[in-house]
Amino acid sequence: MKGLKAIFKRELGSYFDTPVAYVFIVIFLVLNGIFTFYVGGFFERGQADLAPFFEFHPWLYMFLIPAVSMRLWSEERKSGTLELILTLPVSLTASVVGKFLAAWVFTALALLGTIPIWVTVNYLGDPDNTVIAISYIGSLLMAGGFLSIGSCVSALTKNQVIAFVVSFIICLAFNLSGFPMVLDVFNAWAPQFVVEVIGSFSFLTHFDSIQKGVIDIRDLIFFASLIGFWLFANVLAIEFNKGD
Amino acid sequence: MKDTLLEVTGLSKSFSGLKAVNNISLTVERGEVLGFLGPNGAGKSTTMKMITGFLTPSEGNISVAGCNIKEMPLLAKRRIGYLPEGAPAYGEMTPMGFLHFIADIRDIPRTHKKARIDEVLEKIHLTQVAHQPIETLSKGYKRRVGIAQAIIHDPEILIMDEPTDGLDPNQKHEIRQLIKEMATEKAILISTHILEEVDSVCTRAIIIARGEVIFSGTPLELASKSSYHNAVTIMVDSGLEKEIQLMLEEITEIKDFEITPQKDFTRMTMKPKVGVTDLRQSIQAKLDSTVYGIHQLYVEEGRLDEVFRTMTRKHESGGIHRT
Repeated sequence: MKGLKAIFKRELGSYFDTPVAYVFIVIFLVLNGIFTFYVGGFFERGQADLAPFFEFHPWLYMFLIPAVSMRLWSEERKSGTLELILTLPVSLTASVVGKFLAAWVFTALALLGTIPIWVTVNYLGDPDNTVIAISYIGSLLMAGGFLSIGSCVSALTKNQVIAFVVSFIICLAFNLSGFPMVLDVFNAWAPQFVVEVIGSFSFLTHFDSIQKGVIDIRDLIFFASLIGFWLFANVLAIEFNKGD
Repeated sequence: MKDTLLEVTGLSKSFSGLKAVNNISLTVERGEVLGFLGPNGAGKSTTMKMITGFLTPSEGNISVAGCNIKEMPLLAKRRIGYLPEGAPAYGEMTPMGFLHFIADIRDIPRTHKKARIDEVLEKIHLTQVAHQPIETLSKGYKRRVGIAQAIIHDPEILIMDEPTDGLDPNQKHEIRQLIKEMATEKAILISTHILEEVDSVCTRAIIIARGEVIFSGTPLELASKSSYHNAVTIMVDSGLEKEIQLMLEEITEIKDFEITPQKDFTRMTMKPKVGVTDLRQSIQAKLDSTVYGIHQLYVEEGRLDEVFRTMTRKHESGGIHRT
């Protein structure tokens, strides 16, 4: 536990030791603003809710989260600190979880930066704040899902760019798998249950219900097990590749 | 009293069929500095990586202060201080921040964490740069950060992979001094391919080539393997060497002559035949009976680099996995 805490602390601190943190937060907030107010038509809709804000999160996370996660393990590989960390008295699982949590908390901080939008909508109208709070939690859960994918992928390479691109592709696949366009391709030839399985992996579907204020235990289990699965794969990826 | 802190038996490691380390056994007692020698790619780093729990051995056992690294990895890792090759560290951190991180992971109690870090910074001469990002430091300082990190918890077993590689002579001297200071209460294993290091800091040496141990003993024993062991070297006036050689050839104990002309003098080295231990006396006696002026006469202990070369050449490796 001590080890996990130390790893977490160092990792979170390292985001702020480099300009990465600030660049990321600024881009995240600016893009959120653009999507919500221009693309999403926040004012034009004339509705006091944050649907246009949350609606774009899966797409925003798809390429911003890989930028947060790409250095998690690839940097350790490249600089040789992987050897250091694995010879310190801390278990590999604790390191993986500690680093993941640091990246997650960092994302949460960026998300906290969007609170002014929440305040704005309260100033302009009378939104259902429970729905918004649930949506925030859902958004954070989804970010965790994307992060676990990115963390695992970054454990496979020394190269951050490769880690970024591959994570982006996988995140894209997880987003698109619920899209009618994609499902139609499978509909033509695959049995119905295959189509359903593919569709059920979509972040969009799971996030959609949460975003409407519905907490379905299945959605929570989906994200939790997804994170668990990818972090487990992350541990294996390091365990079997540490010699290179 | 023997106090074996590190015991390695029958250690082997293969990478995709290639044996990088083959059946290595070694022990290090408290108070010993074991020098681990070998050409590049001989398997030194791979062995150290297995001892410190980074790589999993294909075969063999490693016991660190009584803890088996396979069965109790965390307990064993707690007893070891390790400086990996190249002294990796987080570049964006300062030595101060980095040592705090290591101290936290190593579970150094909060009450004396600060004092311990200051003490180590002082000891390794890092206080001046304690607040600069590590990536901006010179190679010598980076290496020291790595050493500081390895000794922060005052480990009983210290394992250092090429601790002086790439440092200037002053820095090398300083680090060796530090190793010697710590040697009395720890078991230390250092890898190197610098032979003077073996002479100056190690109490024992092991040479490996192609993953196998080809020598194990004290630096003196190593030197005695040299064909220069007990050889006699004299300095004579240039021009006289031919006559002197003719005269000395009468001594049957001499195996061969090596003559190196220098500026004003010529150096003559006489290697003894196998089993001859007191060549000096015969040569001295012979010279005393003549009128030739001899400027210097000394007996050689043996040349480590020569032993190293002849020993490892026999095992010359062809493109083995670089570790």
